[in-house]
Amino acid sequence: MDNITEGATKEMTATEKKVSDGKARDKKSRERDKKAVEKVSLEKTPYDFVKGARSKERLTSLDFIKGIFTGFIELHGDRRFADDPAVVGGVAYLGDVPFTVLATEKGRDTRTRIKRNFGAPNPEGYRKSLRLMKQAEKFNRPVVCFVDTSGAFCGIGAEERGQGQAIAENILTLMTLQTPVLSILIGEGGSGGALALAVADEVWMLENAVYSVISPEGCANILWRDPDKAAEAAQDLKLTAEWASALGVVDKIISEKSKDPEKMLKDISELIENWYKGVCAMASDELTQKRYERFRKIGL
Amino acid sequence: MAFGAIFRKPKNELEKGGRSPEEDVENEVEMTEKCPSCGWESPISELWKHLHVCRCGHCFRISARQRIEYLTDKDSFSELFSGIESKDPIEFPGYAEKLEQVKRNSRELEAVVCGEATIGDERCAIYVMNPYFMMGSMGAAVGEKITRVFEHAQEHSLPVVGCTVSGGARMQEGIISLMQMAKTSGAVKRHSDAGNFYLALLTDPTTGGVTASFAMQGDIIIAEPGAIIGFAGARVVEQTVRKKLPQGFQKAELLLEHGFLDIIVPRIKQRSVISTLLKMHSKG
Repeated sequence: MDNITEGATKEMTATEKKVSDGKARDKKSRERDKKAVEKVSLEKTPYDFVKGARSKERLTSLDFIKGIFTGFIELHGDRRFADDPAVVGGVAYLGDVPFTVLATEKGRDTRTRIKRNFGAPNPEGYRKSLRLMKQAEKFNRPVVCFVDTSGAFCGIGAEERGQGQAIAENILTLMTLQTPVLSILIGEGGSGGALALAVADEVWMLENAVYSVISPEGCANILWRDPDKAAEAAQDLKLTAEWASALGVVDKIISEKSKDPEKMLKDISELIENWYKGVCAMASDELTQKRYERFRKIGL
Repeated sequence: MAFGAIFRKPKNELEKGGRSPEEDVENEVEMTEKCPSCGWESPISELWKHLHVCRCGHCFRISARQRIEYLTDKDSFSELFSGIESKDPIEFPGYAEKLEQVKRNSRELEAVVCGEATIGDERCAIYVMNPYFMMGSMGAAVGEKITRVFEHAQEHSLPVVGCTVSGGARMQEGIISLMQMAKTSGAVKRHSDAGNFYLALLTDPTTGGVTASFAMQGDIIIAEPGAIIGFAGARVVEQTVRKKLPQGFQKAELLLEHGFLDIIVPRIKQRSVISTLLKMHSKG
């Protein structure tokens, strides 16, 4: 427990100092991650995937950002109302290319999870990411999003401040954003709250992540008025990476077989670099046309 | 409340256009429908005369076809994309049967009706969602039809008038239904970027993935009085925050107060307001 709290404190200082730091923390997180990977890869049923994706032991968005990019500087606030800690955004280098990085962040222990509202953004979070993606467009920076959320926050204030409108505007803007966008589902991809950061030229998914239109509990509650049938609903919802890939919803499944999370993050950073090489020369018209077609063909 | 207007007779072409559902004709005894708002038992024939608005101003839910008749000029509506219907993309248990049953009962193939029409002589592309088809939920077919309406409108430089009523994304189509939010939004954006006008009319209830996509993307957003409009369901919010919800939570009137709607328009005035707005945005 101490280890986790200590790790969390470091996570917070790191973010607050707006620098990526700390080899000590990396070591601890590595040990923790090892356990997470082992645990998750042993599990099989779709609901086990859900539980695995929700596990506190899983890497969170900040681990990905710090493991993949260098010189991350977090940028706060939506310039309208507040700063939402459930959404992290900022600028960082990958190699010598500056990127805009956006993510939903769950936090890793009780304290940081409360701070991050368990990764459930309020409208301000989506408006912050909207501001930063438009900023990326202005300065021609590619955007990488990390998605890990059970969904947008279901709160009174969230509704009153236009949760639906905030998500709708993000989706609309991402659809024709004149700069390359990549989205990676790293844990839970819950409904519209996840999609608000997952409209991209390519969408990748970690092999143990889940992506669903509704939580299995919510689905079970609606269909059978029984949230305890969540496991059954998880099965029916086909929310695994394999299914998302088969349905054409994600373009790449990222292996989590490696026992070394550092290696996985390094592999991902190479994948991102390669992806960027492929799209950076593309005219923005072509880019957005392809993006439109990518989503246009899903369904009928 | 200024709902006295409701008792005035609707414009005659509208009324003539009113098509009684067969159930009403079949029943010799006058059926009534109880207003969920004031409790008054309104005779069905009265409802038909007053665009399905209770004397208290409550707007009853109406089918897509009924709304088209109330909203568009007589005989001006020509349907598009009517053959598109949902498949069962993730083989969700019971969904195929449910779809068959809903199709039979509603005599529709899907939860949205699309086409072209004139409203007060203004030509537009139109989509109207149907609460009687799986509560207007959006699956692949709804997403496809709405996308096509915007593509069609863009091709012909037409404005779009869209009437939403929806429980959100259709969970029986899993992640495919979620993707329809992106797909429709893309079409809305392109239509908009080409300088075309999109007017959204939000009716009770407009929630979930539909609110979080094309419902909230109109250049002008109109709502029907008393309509519930939100992202999360009220019950879910209540369970999450464990607090009593404030008076009028997610009602159109509260959304207007918070700045998320342009205007609330009673049903009887919708045609004239929409037609004026279309005229103001006409290109020619």
